[in-house]
Parts: sequence; structure tokens; C-alpha cells
Amino acid sequence: MVVPVQYYLALSVALFALGVIGVLIRRNALVIYMCIEMMLNAVNLAFIGFADYFKAVDGQMFVFFVLTVAAAEVAVGLALIVAIFRNRGSVYVDDLNILKW
Amino acid sequence: MQTLFFILGGVALVSGGLVVFQKHPLRSALWLIVNFFAVAGIYLLAHAEFIAAIQVIVYAGAIMVLFLFVIMLLNIRQPEAEPKIPFIGQKLLGIVLAGFTGLILIYGVSKAVLGSAKAVAPGLGNTESIARSLFTNYLLPFEVTSVLLLVAIVGAVVLAKSKLK
Repeated sequence: MVVPVQYYLALSVALFALGVIGVLIRRNALVIYMCIEMMLNAVNLAFIGFADYFKAVDGQMFVFFVLTVAAAEVAVGLALIVAIFRNRGSVYVDDLNILKW
Repeated sequence: MQTLFFILGGVALVSGGLVVFQKHPLRSALWLIVNFFAVAGIYLLAHAEFIAAIQVIVYAGAIMVLFLFVIMLLNIRQPEAEPKIPFIGQKLLGIVLAGFTGLILIYGVSKAVLGSAKAVAPGLGNTESIARSLFTNYLLPFEVTSVLLLVAIVGAVVLAKSKLK
């Protein structure tokens, strides 16, 4: 019994929407980063579902590249958060308002 | 196969919800690891064994260790301070907006026209077929990726240094 591609897409949409909720309602920059990772993961799931449906390896290649970009993004992003914490003493995005008019 | 998919998908959804709604970032990170493992199990169901292994090693291993390391380095003791809400109903508005995003995605997905599936290629998703594709069709993106990782390493080191001369 093979899993239909619609199920993969439904789960991917649900995970992506959960990630969007997290990015919109959380204030902790670390948690926002985790939710961004969850959204990237949801997109990967859609790629894998289509790769299984079309029996092509190209979808898996894209997941490979997305994983690489996610790793690079996390390394730079967490360094940024550490630098912001050193400067401002907080990781809550509400406290980062010096550009606010 | 489908029951396994439903079990793993349920675990992924529940742990994803716990990532969003846990107070302390450390607990969010631990639930995110559960989420990544569930998604890796779904990759196994979809004949993507190499990607599943990479998911566990890179995401659940390297990236989450980095997250936990930074959480412990910053040593955030108090949970999110609730009273300083910038405007009333931010949570409600956020959930409504995310629901709209989900509806738009469902609409787009339901409009998608799926072509007919091709015949089964032998050995789809194993390391050999991925390596062949990686070093023929996707050679240039592969090399660009290595440059991107180098830039990320240098950037992370420069940003995390305490004093720049």
C-alpha cells in the first residue's frame, strides 16, 4: 500500500502553517529560528513526496541543497543572536527596537 | 505503510505544536528533535534513505546541538515575559494569519495538476543514484554549496568574535 502524494502535501502544509504560527506569535529569537527550521523541513517533505511520486532523484537533490543552506543559515543566525545578546542583553525581538521611529 | 505514515505524521504534528507552544526554548529544541526524527521516518517511507540519514545526522545531530549549545551559552532563565505585549491580540492575529497562509497553500496544492507517474527507476534514492546525479547534473550547485559553507564558517567566526580589531 503506497502513500499517496496528497498525504505528503497535506502534512507539509500543516507543518508549514505551524511554523508560520510560531514565527508570528513567539518573541524569543531562538524559538523563531527553530520555527523557520520547521518550515524548511515542511518544504523538504513536499520535495520528498514529489520525488517519490515522479520516481525522480531530482527532488532529493533539492532537499540535499536545502539542508546545506539551512545548516549555513543556522550557523550565521546563531552567531548573530549571540552578538545581539552581547550588545543588548536580550534575545527577545521586542527589545530590538532601536530602528523603530 | 499508510498506518505508519499516519503515526509518524501525527508525531510530527504534535511535536511541532509543542515546539511552538512550549514556554522555555530548551523544551522547544528538544521537541524539535522529536519532530526531525518523525520526518526522517517519513523520508524512509518515501524511499529516500540517504536523505533520511542526512536528516538525522545534520538536522537532529549538528544543527540541534548548535541550538542547545547557544541556549545554554545565553543561559536564559526566565520564560517569555508575558506582560509586555506590544499590542493586544498579537497571538490571535498571528494564528489567524498563519491559518490564512495554510488556506492559500491548500488552495494552491488542490489546484495543482499532477502529471502521470513514471515507471519505477531501479535503486531510487540510494546513495549511488544520488551520487551519480550529484556529480553529473548538479555538479555546479554542489561546488557553489561548498563556497556557501565556507562563507558561513567565516561569517559565524567573525560575528561570534568578542572584539573586532
